[in-house]
Amino acid sequence: MLEIKNLHARIAEDGTEIIRGLNLTVKAGEVAAIMGPNGSGKSTLSYILSGREDYEVTEGDILYNGESILDLDPAERASKGIFLAFQYPVEIPGVATMQFLKVAMNEQRKARGEEELTTPDFIRRVKEAAAELKIDPAMLRRPLNVGFSGGEKKRAEILQMALLEPKLCILDETDSGLDIDALKIVADGVNALKSPDRAVIVITHYQRLLEYIVPDTVHVLYKGQVIRSGDKDLALELEANGYADIIGKAA
Amino acid sequence: MAAVQETIDQVRQIDVDQYKYGFETIIEVDKAPKGLSEDIIRFISAKKQEPEWMLEWRLDAYQRWLTMEEPTWARVDYPKIDFNELYYYAAPKNMTGPSSLEEVDPELLRVYEKLGIPLQEQEMLAGVQKPRVAVDAVFDSVSVVTTFKKELQKAGVIFMSISEAIREHPELIKQYLGSVVPTTDNYYATLNAAVFTDGSFVFVPKGVRCPMELSTYFRINEKNTGQFERTLIIAEEGAYVSYLEGCTAPQRDENQLHAAVVELVALDDAEIKYSTVQNWYPGDAQGKGGIYNFVTKRGDCRGHRSKISWTQVETGSAITWKYPSCILRGDDSRGEFYSIAVSNGYQQIDSGTKMIHLGKNTSSRIISKGISAGRSNNTYRGQVSIHRRAENARNFTNCDSLLIGDKCGAHTVPYIEVKNASAQVEHEATTSKISDDQKFYVMQRGIPEEEAIALIVNGFVKDVIQELPMEFAVEAQKLIGISLEGSVG
Repeated sequence: MLEIKNLHARIAEDGTEIIRGLNLTVKAGEVAAIMGPNGSGKSTLSYILSGREDYEVTEGDILYNGESILDLDPAERASKGIFLAFQYPVEIPGVATMQFLKVAMNEQRKARGEEELTTPDFIRRVKEAAAELKIDPAMLRRPLNVGFSGGEKKRAEILQMALLEPKLCILDETDSGLDIDALKIVADGVNALKSPDRAVIVITHYQRLLEYIVPDTVHVLYKGQVIRSGDKDLALELEANGYADIIGKAA
Repeated sequence: MAAVQETIDQVRQIDVDQYKYGFETIIEVDKAPKGLSEDIIRFISAKKQEPEWMLEWRLDAYQRWLTMEEPTWARVDYPKIDFNELYYYAAPKNMTGPSSLEEVDPELLRVYEKLGIPLQEQEMLAGVQKPRVAVDAVFDSVSVVTTFKKELQKAGVIFMSISEAIREHPELIKQYLGSVVPTTDNYYATLNAAVFTDGSFVFVPKGVRCPMELSTYFRINEKNTGQFERTLIIAEEGAYVSYLEGCTAPQRDENQLHAAVVELVALDDAEIKYSTVQNWYPGDAQGKGGIYNFVTKRGDCRGHRSKISWTQVETGSAITWKYPSCILRGDDSRGEFYSIAVSNGYQQIDSGTKMIHLGKNTSSRIISKGISAGRSNNTYRGQVSIHRRAENARNFTNCDSLLIGDKCGAHTVPYIEVKNASAQVEHEATTSKISDDQKFYVMQRGIPEEEAIALIVNGFVKDVIQELPMEFAVEAQKLIGISLEGSVG
């Protein structure tokens, strides 16, 4: 589903190279974890996959279902099924969460040439998904992410993911700032979305989240490259020995 | 920084030529000779079949105007206007006053149809769901048709063109015209008093709640024609009226002048709600052409417990110079000003309000949202003045500015003057930019760039949109989206 080939990318503003020859393949149905120490390029990778303008790809390619997506803007990539659950969801003052969901769902349907949702159908879908994630309906009337607690923001991200039904879900440090109960709810939400035609990339610093969202593959990112790949045991090894060991071997 | 460079490029390519109302209508017109003189004023007065006292009033104003200087304090920049190069009167031929719908030139009706203005009463009456709005349509210098007149008459409401009112209700005109904005008020208001051609007149008698929204649509069609409309709204004791004006003009290379005066009078316990959706032609991408919108709007809360509320959505005009104000004369009276001002391309907006607290326990509220894009400049200028005898006066002001791109400007110039120690005056102001974070986040959900900007901006102006009559809120939101088209790539 996703094939990243020898990717090099830098910050557009100052030319700092962050991704330096990264290779990664994620298959449909797979849950891939990307781990790595701070500054290894994990979040940057999620931004580049979703098309943020602040980064320039200087070499290599990103193929999504066999096609390069480098020329597509974030909205085009989103309507092709790429979803990023943000580490720090952004506040949108004055735009009710409900209204935002409706615009997003209908814009994506429009881009795919589908009919807009009827209001009752839309409301039913939102209610069901919100109940699964134990989201208070009152929250849906509030402006998106404005004054939300850390847990509410992350749940709102998963709610959007559930409703937009993407094919490639990228979770950027979704566990940060969550207590254990909230973490379980979020993980259950993600697990419910697992399916043979959907891939999930879990970007995380710690093993903790991977106890709840069990990965098929684990990749260690360091200085903009995947320096080691393995199965879920690799995450446990990292937890026990820290990154220094693996980094030392790779160097 | 590539992202910034891209924004700069986008702004350079800005295309405000997407003005959707820029068509011209070829219609036979009856025009006054070019230029301004006593004779021209006599010509206008004669065309309107005005009584002698009205002519005298105009001529007095003209004499006064000749001694006045054009104001220069606003943050706007434009070449000197040659008032002798303008036409002061243009009317569709055979149309000296309003008539019933059947008598109106079908070509004119098609203009209003193109603009989406419902003049067809029958059609509106047939639609059960449609809101019923009485419309006065002003084309260049004359009012062409006023709808629902009979039904309003039954309720005792007078809604007609001001030219008609001068002939039919001279006693009301004599009593109220110029009583809020005197003929000596300011350069453009004085000019308006001399040469005003048409506008609306509304009188809601004691205790009457106007049964429907009233609205006026202004259209400047003729080249080099100034439009000087004059509107007067009076709500007697305990009366209520909600009024909406909308404005459009064709695209032209020359600048056109629009200098209106609006006066509102609210007696004891009366309430007037005045909403404007202003979408005059803003000029092209290079800043050529567009309307000069120099307007004096003032409401007088003359009675106790009266209330006047101004709501404006300003998206058009090359230059806007406009400060809808409230004189809070009656005790416990209340003034409100809700404004959305969107500037793009080379537009210049200097707009705000004045709240003059004279009576006891008077209160005022100002919510202003300025959005600047392109190379435009957007200034909020407001005055809150609490006079000596205004015990327990209250004011709350909130001015927020939003910048799109980095070639535009936002300015906030509040004046606060307090002469009574019991006053409470609050002022809040913020300036922000649509952040790359916000735009990226919204687009990541599959919302294309222009829709993303429109969504964020509509969130920003939500507090004001809520104040608009329901049926116009949607229209206003769309208009804001259209006005910002081309502000991003």
